[in-house]
Amino acid sequence: MLLNIKNLHVSIGGKEILKGFNLGVNEGEIHAIMGPNGTGKSTWAAAVTGREGYEITEGEIWYKGQNIVGMPPEERANLGIFLSFQYPVEIPGVSMQNFMRTAVNAKREYQGLPPMSMIDFTKMMKQKQAMVEITEKLQNRYVNVGFSGGEKKKNEIFQMAMLEPELSILDETDSGLDIDALRIVANGVNQLHNEHNAFVVITHYQRLLDYIVPDFVHVMYDGRIVKSGDKKLALELEEKGYEWVKELKL
Amino acid sequence: MESNPKENIIEEVTNKDYEFGFVTDIETDFIPKGLNEDIIRLISKKKEEPEWLLDFRLKAFRHWQTLKMPTWAHLTIPPIDYQDIIYYAAPKQRKAKSLDEVDPELLATFDKLGISLDEQKKLSGVAVDAVMDSTSVKTTFQETLSKHGIIFMSFSEAVKQHPDLVKKYLGKVVPYTDNFFAALNSAVFSDGSFCYVPKGVRCPIELSTYFRINAANTGQFERTLIVADEGAYVSYMEGCTAPQRDENQLHAAIVEIISEKDAEVKYSTVQNWYPGDKDGKGGIYNFVTKRGICRGDNAKISWTQVETGSAITWKYPSCILKGDNTVAEFYSVAVTNNWQQADTGTKMIHIGKNSRSTIISKGISAGHSQNGYRGLVKVVPEATNCRNFSQCDSLLLGDQCGAHTWPYVECGNDSSILEHEATTSKISEDQLFYCNQRGIPTEKAIGLIVNGYAKDVLNKLPMEFAVEAQKLLSITLEGSVG
Repeated sequence: MLLNIKNLHVSIGGKEILKGFNLGVNEGEIHAIMGPNGTGKSTWAAAVTGREGYEITEGEIWYKGQNIVGMPPEERANLGIFLSFQYPVEIPGVSMQNFMRTAVNAKREYQGLPPMSMIDFTKMMKQKQAMVEITEKLQNRYVNVGFSGGEKKKNEIFQMAMLEPELSILDETDSGLDIDALRIVANGVNQLHNEHNAFVVITHYQRLLDYIVPDFVHVMYDGRIVKSGDKKLALELEEKGYEWVKELKL
Repeated sequence: MESNPKENIIEEVTNKDYEFGFVTDIETDFIPKGLNEDIIRLISKKKEEPEWLLDFRLKAFRHWQTLKMPTWAHLTIPPIDYQDIIYYAAPKQRKAKSLDEVDPELLATFDKLGISLDEQKKLSGVAVDAVMDSTSVKTTFQETLSKHGIIFMSFSEAVKQHPDLVKKYLGKVVPYTDNFFAALNSAVFSDGSFCYVPKGVRCPIELSTYFRINAANTGQFERTLIVADEGAYVSYMEGCTAPQRDENQLHAAIVEIISEKDAEVKYSTVQNWYPGDKDGKGGIYNFVTKRGICRGDNAKISWTQVETGSAITWKYPSCILKGDNTVAEFYSVAVTNNWQQADTGTKMIHIGKNSRSTIISKGISAGHSQNGYRGLVKVVPEATNCRNFSQCDSLLLGDQCGAHTWPYVECGNDSSILEHEATTSKISEDQLFYCNQRGIPTEKAIGLIVNGYAKDVLNKLPMEFAVEAQKLLSITLEGSVG
């Protein structure tokens, strides 16, 4: 199993947000986590990627056979965990090329590989850009500065393509996307998806799941998964609304 | 359990040691400690100077005695005993004509600093004047330069070979009466670089001086004089380092630039004097007066500085825009960490009509440091249609440091337009986590973010310097933030 989360409890500033979260993800699978606002979806993503300030009070996160609780975020990233941010961060003055080159080479260093040559890197950047239909010159633009909402999300998928992670978490990647951008983003994910990697898609709406078809759908409420099923569950949710989930809980 | 990750990180990161803190074991010629007219006569005699220069020194010294050290800067300066300093120290060796004559120990020192004095091995296109303590060790590419009629040599050499030129320009931009440290320097200055680019000549290579303090208990007082005659162009770079010592050392330099009609001078410096240790012990006191004058119409001067070293920095590279349509620029990145203090900025004095100036200042403070920008933009009533744009940004890493801005503006007419923008920001935890999540460790992430922040200024540096400066920014902040 690629990712196995057991009885995860996470607090922020002393307040418990995740209250016994369990999830297993195998290579090749796509999972969707749905649920109303404030149920801990983003907290879960932050805990798995190792963001500071998210205190794990109980439970384990097994990834590629090791419990990664306490491991620094960059090491988790270099082990192949990627987060597509709900709100991608701007870094003024840092070009996408410089940023990605630093990231790609950090991973290579971690793997004991020499830095990638500029020629190979440029080629790779061009190729991956095409995958998410970023046609303009990305390399000299500063990280997310002046990007539209859609561009920012496409840029996240582009970075995902560059870093070739085994576990990708997409945190509300669909929010604020028009239908064209949504299609491009989904298309990118589908191209990257293969039998060796896995995706966990966090979303409010079933709309995204028309494009990225999940093998499993989980419904989250109040810090844990309250119901799991296949993609039909997403449709059911769409139809019945989240009030229904709250009843499930009771 | 409220945790503030940002703070922990910041406390952890300012710990990288100063890279250039080694001492060269070389026989040095010292003069006795202290400062009086006899000492000045001794320095002048050692340098075999003409009478007029000794006169200049003595006048400066007499004036200096009437002055008090300035206290207006936002700096806490421990008392300096000017009688406890050695004002002249030189490696025991005459200036070498060829590389074979240079003491191998000296060559090794500059090699270690990344400055190769071997012309064959050097990056093509940069001529270097290497100054150790009070004297110039070697100036490279002399022949190439003289073909174009360009004079680039140590100051003492220039006094001997081109006394008229030196006499004509010395002290014309920074008179010895200018301030306390300018007077001190004028009295005891030991060496430095002199550069003259004749009419209509574009200097084909970058000129550069590398200053190195080696001897203990000494001060370094160098003078740089750059003259671009009508229509000439020159790009000049200056670098500096010093050994790591527990006691403080004084550095009080003067740089004068004269840009005649249609001429352009680009001056870049990466100041990396020893900043003291993590507890604020030791380090260089850097009190420097740098000023340029755009004397003729359409003249241009551009200052670019990256300030990372020194325990105390007091420095305001300025421009007098005397000619009409003159252009002056000041681009600065000042980084302070640990207990460093910097009070730096510029003055733009608009006297000529339609003159334009740009000021971009980026301060970065970490640790317990204090970092201030102090600037004056002055437009005299006759200087109509002038423009100034000033941008002063401060980046804070941590909550123990301080950033300050004192911009002064005096506009004497209605047709000139002066703009000032200022921002203060912090590296956000979001930015750090974003980088971490892409596999980039925190220290590298800070280097990346800080270099991005300083990009506008780093872009102005000559290529050879830009790379060094980028590395230096990251190193200076390593262990300061996280």
